[in-house]
Amino acid sequence: MKKLIHILFIVLVPQIIIAVLIYNYQNIKNEGNLEELQEAYAQVPQSSVDHAEFAVLQQDFETPHEVTEACLSCHTERGQELLKSSHFNWERETFIPGRGVVYLGKNNLINNFCTGIAGSEQTCTRCHAGFGYYDTTYNFHNEKNVDCLVCHDNSGIYKKAKGSAGYPAMGENAPDYGAIAHHIGRPNKQNCGVCHFYSAGGNNVKHGQLEKALLNTTKDVDVHMAQNGLDMECVDCHSAENHVMKGRYYGISSRDYNRATCEQCHNDRPHEDDIINEHTIKVACQTCHIPEYAKVNATKMYWDWSTACDLKDGNPYYELDSMGNKAYLSIKGSFTWKRNVKPDYKFFNGTADHYLLTDVVDTFPVQINTLFGSYDDRESKIWPVKIHRGKQPYDPQQKRILQAKLWDPEPGNGALWVDFDWDASLKAGMEYIGLPYSGEYEFVETEMYLPLNHMVSPATKSVSCAECHNRDNSRMAGLSGFYMPGRDRNNMLDLIGWILVLGSLAGVIVHGGIRIAINRKQNH
Amino acid sequence: MKKVYIYKSFERFWHWSQAMLIIFLAITGFEIHGSLDLFGFELAVKYHNVAAIAFIILIVFTIFWHFTTGEWKQYLPTTKNLQAQIRYYITGIFQNAPHPTRKTTLSKLNPLQRLVYLGLKVFIIPLMVVSGLLFLFYRYPQKGDIEYINVDGLENIAYLHTFGAFLLLAFLVVHLYLITTGHTVTSNLKAMITGYEELEEEGEDMVSGTETEAKTEENNSKS
Repeated sequence: MKKLIHILFIVLVPQIIIAVLIYNYQNIKNEGNLEELQEAYAQVPQSSVDHAEFAVLQQDFETPHEVTEACLSCHTERGQELLKSSHFNWERETFIPGRGVVYLGKNNLINNFCTGIAGSEQTCTRCHAGFGYYDTTYNFHNEKNVDCLVCHDNSGIYKKAKGSAGYPAMGENAPDYGAIAHHIGRPNKQNCGVCHFYSAGGNNVKHGQLEKALLNTTKDVDVHMAQNGLDMECVDCHSAENHVMKGRYYGISSRDYNRATCEQCHNDRPHEDDIINEHTIKVACQTCHIPEYAKVNATKMYWDWSTACDLKDGNPYYELDSMGNKAYLSIKGSFTWKRNVKPDYKFFNGTADHYLLTDVVDTFPVQINTLFGSYDDRESKIWPVKIHRGKQPYDPQQKRILQAKLWDPEPGNGALWVDFDWDASLKAGMEYIGLPYSGEYEFVETEMYLPLNHMVSPATKSVSCAECHNRDNSRMAGLSGFYMPGRDRNNMLDLIGWILVLGSLAGVIVHGGIRIAINRKQNH
Repeated sequence: MKKVYIYKSFERFWHWSQAMLIIFLAITGFEIHGSLDLFGFELAVKYHNVAAIAFIILIVFTIFWHFTTGEWKQYLPTTKNLQAQIRYYITGIFQNAPHPTRKTTLSKLNPLQRLVYLGLKVFIIPLMVVSGLLFLFYRYPQKGDIEYINVDGLENIAYLHTFGAFLLLAFLVVHLYLITTGHTVTSNLKAMITGYEELEEEGEDMVSGTETEAKTEENNSKS
C-alpha cells in the first residue's frame, strides 16, 4: 500500500499538479485604464456662458455674414484659424512619395461616389464650413465667409439650404438666431453628422460606420457613442487645437500626422493578455475591434454610373432594393447596398496616394486612392477597410477618368442631374477643370479604400483569434508576405512530416502484427 | 532473474511528466498548426505556452539530475552491438532470439536507444526549445518596449518548430510500440511505473556504461 502511494506520488500526482497549473495559469495582468477613462468622459462639459446674454447677439441679423461678424467681435482670432483649416479650405498642402508636394482636397480630387465638386459647387458646398462657395472664384481669405453656426449651434435649428452654396435660408425662412444663441457650444454629434453622416448624398452611403444611427444607439453598435454608455461626442476623440481637428480621412488625406488614434486614450498595451498586446505591433486596434461595418443601416458597396440617365416618360425615377434603399436613380445610376459587412484588410502605414485628374491610367480597376503599406514596412499595420467599387466615365483617348458636371440651378448648362446628357455633362465638367475631353467616353471599374475607425464593438464582440488564425476561412486570407500561425503552413514540410509519422505507425503495426501472428502459431 | 530497482523516483517523475507534457504540447501544438480542433485556437495557444514553460522548468531540473548523478553517461553513443540490435528488431525478435544487449542499472539503454535518445536530447529537444522560445519572445524590429529578439518574420522559426514536432510525434509512435518488446509485453511499462524490473543477474551490474554491453543473454531492453 505504501509502495502504491509512493508510485502514485511519482507517476500521477505531479501530472495532476502540472495540469492544474496549466489550466489556471494567468498572464501577468497589465494595468488597464478603462475605469479612469470612463470616469473622465462621463463628465459632460458645461458651458460657462449663455451667449444669448451678449448684447451683440441680441440683434436682428439680415445675413449669416453678420452672425459671423458678431462671433468674431469676441472670438477675434478664430476667424483666421478657420481660414487655415481644411473644413474651410477643402484643400491642403501635402506630400506624396513619387509626386512631391501637392495641394489636395475636396476641391480637386475625384472619388467613385459623387465623383467631384467641379462645376457643381453650388450644391456640394452645402457641406462647406462657409458661405457663398459658388465656384472657383470663391474668396478663401475672407473670414466673414466662415460659417460658425453649422458646427457650433447645439440647438439643431440652424440648417444650410439646398443648392445655396453653403448659405442658410434667408429672409422669412431664416433660422431663429435668437433661439440659437442660447445653445452655442462645442460641436455635438448632430453638428458633425449633418455632413459626415450624409456624405456622398445619403445616410451612411460613403463611410459605412458614420451614420445617423449614432445619434441614438447602443454599445453593441458603438461602444463609445452609445446612449446607454458614455454617449461620447465626435470631438472627444477628434479634439481640436486652434480649429485643427485630429483625424485623417484617406479619401483625401495622404500623410500620417495629427491622426485621431485609439492609443491617444487607450495606450498601445491595453489588454490583460500580453499576446494580444504584441499584436499591436502589426495589427491596428480597429482590425479586431471593428468586426463588421454598416451595423444598422446599409452602406453603398458598388456605384455604377453607366446606367444613369435612363428616364421613364422623360422623367427621372428611382427603384428600391429589398432593404428599402435606392438601388437605382436616374441621376446617379445603380448601386449595391450591404449591411453587416465583414471588412477587407490591408497593410497600411498612414500614408496614401490619390488619383489626380491629370493622371493618365490604362490599368483597371483604376485606384482612386492607394493605401501604402506592406508587411515588411515597420510602420504598417493591418487595417480594416471598406472597399468601394465603382464604374465611372473614362476617356479612352486621353486615358483619364472624366469629371462630369452634375448640378446646375438652370437646365441647358450641361448638368447631368438636370439635362441627363452624359456627353454634355462631361464636356462641361472637363472644360470647367481645364482638361481636354476627346468626346469619347466609356465606363471603367474603379476602387476606393476607406480605412475603418468607427462603430467600435464591445470587447466581448471583437474578432476572435480563430477568425484569423484558421486555415480555410481566415479574415486575413487576402494578406501575404508573412507567416501566420494557424493560417499558414509549408505543404512540403507537412507532407514529409505526416509520411514520417504515418510511416512509423504503419511500421510498428506491421512489426507488431507479425509478432502476434508468430506468437499465436507457437501457442497452437 | 532478480528484481532490480532500475528507475529511480526522479527518473520516473521526469519520464512521466515529460511524457504528459510532450503529448499535451503535441495536441495543442497541432491545434495551433490547424490539424486539430479541440480547445479552440485561443486556449490552445494559452495551454501550449504554459505547458512549454513547465517543460522548460522540467528540463532544467533534469539536466541538473543527469549531471549530478552521472546518469548522462547512459547516453554516450556506442557502435558496439548496434548492428546486432538492429538485426534483433528486424529478424531476431520474430524468432524469440535473446536481446543482444544486457540491461543493467548502469547501462539501461541498448546502443540503438543510446543513439536515439542522445539525438532527442542534443538535437530535437533543443531545437524545439530554441525555436519555441523564439516563437514566444520574438519581436518585430524596433517595436515594443524592450528590444527583444528581433526577427523579420515567423516563417523559418515556424517551419523548424513544425519539423521538430513531426519528428517527436514519429518518435512517440515507435517508442510506444517498443514498450511491448521487453522481457514480457508489459515488463517495460511496469518498470517505468514501479521502478523495479526483473533483470538477469550476472554480477556485472556494477560495471560502468560503455563496457557493459554483454554479448549474449535474453535480456530486456527498455524502449
